[in-house]
Amino acid sequence: MKYGYYPGCSLERNAIAYHRSAMAVADALDIEFVEVDDWNCCGATEYISIDALPAYALVARNLALASQQKQNGNGNQLVAPCSACYLNLQKTNHYMADSPELAQQVNTALQAGGLNYDPGSVRVRHLLDILTQDVGYDAVAEKVTKPLYNLRIAPYYGCLIVRPGFDDTYHNPEYPTCLDELMRKLGATVVDYPVKTHCCGGHMTQISEPVALDLIRRLLKNAADYQADAIVTLCPMCQLNLDGYQEAVNKHFGTNYQIPILYFTQLMGLAFGIKPKKLGFGKEFVDARPALAKIEAEPPKKPKKRKRPPKEALPMPNLTEGM
Amino acid sequence: MSTKEKIGVYICHCGSNIAGMVDVEDVAKWSGEELADEGVIVARDYQFMCSSLGQELIEDDIKEKGLTRVVVGACSPHLHEATFRGACQRAGLNPFLCEMVSLREQVSWVLTDKKVATAKSKALVAGGVERVALHEPLEPLTVPIHPATLVVGGGIAGIQAALEIADSGHHVYLVERDPSIGGHMAQFDKTFPTLDCSACILTPKMVSAGNHPNITLLSWSEVEQVDGYVGNFTATIRKKARYIDEDLCTGCGVCIEKCPKKVIDNVFEAGLGYHKAVDRPFPQAVPKYPVIDKDNCIYFQRGKCRACEIFCPTKAIDFEQEDELIQVQVGNIILATGFDLFDSRRIPQYGYGRLANVFTSLEFERMCNAAGPTNGQVVLRDGVTQPKSVAIVHCVGSRDKNYNSYCSNICCMQSLKFAHLVKERTGAEVYNFYIDMRTIFKDYEEFYQKVLSEGVHFIRGRVAEITDAAREPGEEDKLIVQAEDTFIGKQRRIPVDMVVLSAGLEPRSDSKEVGHTFGISCSMNGWFTEKHPKLDPVATMTEGIFIAGACQGPKDIPASVAQGAAAAARVLGRINQGELALEPVRASVIEELCSGCRICNTLCPFNAISFDTVRKITEINAALCQGCGTCVAACPSEAITGTQFSNAQVLAQLDGLLMLDFSGKPVRQLHPELVPA
Amino acid sequence: MSAQSSASRASPSSFIDEVIAATPGSDPHLDLCVQCGTCGGSCPSGPDMEHTPRQLFAMINAGMKEDVLRSNTPWYCVSCYYCMVRCPQDVHITDIMYSLKRMAIKEGMFQESTAADAPDFSETFIDFVEQYGRSFELGLATRYHLKHHPLGAVKMAGFGLGMLLRGRMDLTPTKIEGIAQLKTILARAKELGADSSKNGGGQ
Repeated sequence: MKYGYYPGCSLERNAIAYHRSAMAVADALDIEFVEVDDWNCCGATEYISIDALPAYALVARNLALASQQKQNGNGNQLVAPCSACYLNLQKTNHYMADSPELAQQVNTALQAGGLNYDPGSVRVRHLLDILTQDVGYDAVAEKVTKPLYNLRIAPYYGCLIVRPGFDDTYHNPEYPTCLDELMRKLGATVVDYPVKTHCCGGHMTQISEPVALDLIRRLLKNAADYQADAIVTLCPMCQLNLDGYQEAVNKHFGTNYQIPILYFTQLMGLAFGIKPKKLGFGKEFVDARPALAKIEAEPPKKPKKRKRPPKEALPMPNLTEGM
Repeated sequence: MSTKEKIGVYICHCGSNIAGMVDVEDVAKWSGEELADEGVIVARDYQFMCSSLGQELIEDDIKEKGLTRVVVGACSPHLHEATFRGACQRAGLNPFLCEMVSLREQVSWVLTDKKVATAKSKALVAGGVERVALHEPLEPLTVPIHPATLVVGGGIAGIQAALEIADSGHHVYLVERDPSIGGHMAQFDKTFPTLDCSACILTPKMVSAGNHPNITLLSWSEVEQVDGYVGNFTATIRKKARYIDEDLCTGCGVCIEKCPKKVIDNVFEAGLGYHKAVDRPFPQAVPKYPVIDKDNCIYFQRGKCRACEIFCPTKAIDFEQEDELIQVQVGNIILATGFDLFDSRRIPQYGYGRLANVFTSLEFERMCNAAGPTNGQVVLRDGVTQPKSVAIVHCVGSRDKNYNSYCSNICCMQSLKFAHLVKERTGAEVYNFYIDMRTIFKDYEEFYQKVLSEGVHFIRGRVAEITDAAREPGEEDKLIVQAEDTFIGKQRRIPVDMVVLSAGLEPRSDSKEVGHTFGISCSMNGWFTEKHPKLDPVATMTEGIFIAGACQGPKDIPASVAQGAAAAARVLGRINQGELALEPVRASVIEELCSGCRICNTLCPFNAISFDTVRKITEINAALCQGCGTCVAACPSEAITGTQFSNAQVLAQLDGLLMLDFSGKPVRQLHPELVPA
Repeated sequence: MSAQSSASRASPSSFIDEVIAATPGSDPHLDLCVQCGTCGGSCPSGPDMEHTPRQLFAMINAGMKEDVLRSNTPWYCVSCYYCMVRCPQDVHITDIMYSLKRMAIKEGMFQESTAADAPDFSETFIDFVEQYGRSFELGLATRYHLKHHPLGAVKMAGFGLGMLLRGRMDLTPTKIEGIAQLKTILARAKELGADSSKNGGGQ
């Protein structure tokens, strides 16, 4: 399997652990990621706040390069591991296709630089979708040599991979489950994490720190309430906020959370038996080692007999039947 | 002159409806002059052609000038064709020699340029004149009306319709797909706004329907096929095997008592309670006979048990029983098939199915019902704990473009009723979250006032999410309902023990297939479409098929009962007529030209076309045909023609329509072969 | 200025049309808002906003342009898109928030909001992107924080050091090869944007 790859600025440095682990996992699964040559920043959520057309042109340059370089395998697919990059690429792609007027203006700007982009000609994908949909859970499970038994994981999706849902084939915008399923395939215990698609605060750490810290606190508190050993994430911004600001949260609220925030590819790599160093472990602010030490060689014992609910209890609705 | 006919043209002003946009006098004058060669000998305009005086103008001209054809340019045939045909008939002219063209719906209401509108009016009149010359006098078809009626659906609307007709002395077949009649109303405890006990007011009607000498009750049955046409339908009904001999069963209930298998009842108990593998949905069920649930019966699944058979004192258990297909003849059909509840699991942020103490409205109805799973106790999912605080969420799946954009009509009142019941039975704090409070019918607003005075909290704001993720002290182990209180413009998080979701009403999941079986159409949403939303709400575009209750759109009990009675009145009118005159506008097959390709067979929206497999040609049932013309257009061999829409008539009309362009300039000479070279 | 006087001055229809026109993509459905409050109820930073998004839409409808563009609400939007996917009327709320930010900058009114620093953060971010083609976290953090939160910057220094020690932050920015091409494209886009109402202002 071959895809175009748009790492985005974060994966160059701040989220280097994500980049390294993604590459290591891709290697193990025989996926080839070909980086778009000379890509530029997607503008995050900042450029669109200031000026709309240049913001779309900025993203469209990447789409134009990706489409021009044609090294993106089947269906001209471009993979973004960062949720913000993924959203910006998707949004530009879709809005240009929806609005001929916008497409024409963006292309006029691109042409000044000798580029052109045919809206929709590149298909934008998130790394998680590649690994769960294209590779598939079973193929992932087959690679597992060191299952993550006994590790309790809070699966954290954040916002932008599931909303606003340009590619709503994959995710429920409120309660997605594919990361849960993927983590289960690695042998981990997945907690029902009610805030799995809540916001990490995004750039609010810079605009109003108290607001951001409370958003981060909610995510940490809930993971702690559910006794998660680690929160697993798929976005550099989420990772940075939950990891880098955890100490600030503890100071601000008088709490003492010590929850490592790991990329899902790091845990995949571990389960595949890849050496932690190759997966970028050690870059995190909150040390992951105590959590990882909980991993056991044997699967947790299932209770012999399911506890019967008391006879006066009312039946629970079935969550999936007929859906 | 191309015709020997004497044609009169009458242009209606419709007050200013047409005259405001069309130069009606010019149209009349032009018709008299320019269409004289086409047979027009008189052309008039008048303020209200449909008035008695307007009609008399036409009648007088027919008598005095010997008109043989009439063209009226006015509103639409839907509204006034019968009026002008009547005028012609009174003056001794066959009514089918009158043609209407629409200068209102097709011209003045849709155009903004008077010149264009006037030119288009002239073209339409010219088309009508060319066409009407080729019309032939027709006699209406009459069909006898079979006096029996089929009512499909045994909820309150169907019961009401069946009783009205049966009480008038006519026979009714009442078909219900569940084991008992009663519908959703049988599940409720109290009804708004009077708080009558639902069973107390419903069961007498159920008993009447069950015992009525004029009602044949076919429960646990479904209509599979409908053939025939108004006055003379044949319905094929599948009577599903009960595995109980109804002739022997006394309804004593010993089989239910002895049955060792208990399963969750997702129909009557809405998933909140259980039923046995042999059971009836509720004690007052009509008929009283239980049904064996084959999928869950130990004997059917594993070949052993037969406890019911062993204990039945009358040997009524019959494991060998099979489905039975029966046919009934009826003149009219009333569909009262009801609604489905919106599936709240589709809104994951409300947590239904994941958070134990989030309940749907139907679950809550069962919980409140004295004969329900909790004997009427309002308790949490553990079955014992009384809630100290309850949130009631309005508009779940309604008024939302992500799900159903329509208002489900009943939920505001139902939610108020729930608030009252929670207060009455637990004294808990109650929070109703709503967008707009819609309490519009008689005594509804008074009920709202009553609930307000009971200390229920009302928060105007649609619930954003319901979560168990505690954020602040006091939220632990609670369900937190998060919404904007729009009156203060602040986000609020209300911790409660229990949430009730007032889920909206949806069309039955199979409504499109049922509509097809009966030859009627559904709206985009899936509600059955009435003939006219205001003036003919219980008839359909298919003669002899009527609709009543929530299958036509969300409605409460009073409205459903009113519609059931209204549909019955329409049917009784038909029965009393004895026979029905039908439009003679029908398609017919020219047998020599039919190649037997069957292209038309599946296209007919009224199931009027059948195929004679011996002669290998298509046949059209004149009584079922509504004259829509679909088959005429589809036939590749031009083997189908129709009275009032033969190819010659349609082409002549096109000739007329193409006389003028939109500026009013002639673009085409009529009958060029007649113009001297 | 009181809300009342502002409401009476602006023509209500024109401001809502302006906002709709400034929002790229398909129809943002702003005129369909029924004031149900789903957005305000869903917003993670809603409690800290001066107006809930719903209130802002009512104000837009009332033509209260100045009050809307002075509100901190758009700047407190975290772009989580909860409001947008939950809105029962399909109002493109997040996109409208971006439009309001651009309009506030154009009209110079953001300076009066309690989120007056926010645009500068965005602009500092953009400066680096325009200069190098990539974002530059160290530069962004130091320049923005020294300017706006000199005391906070000391606190931030600890965080920055942590980032540096873990090899998660560069000391120097990375420049793309096609920076000249990118600059040309952005310059052309700015020109085009300045002529287009859809762009909601521009520079």
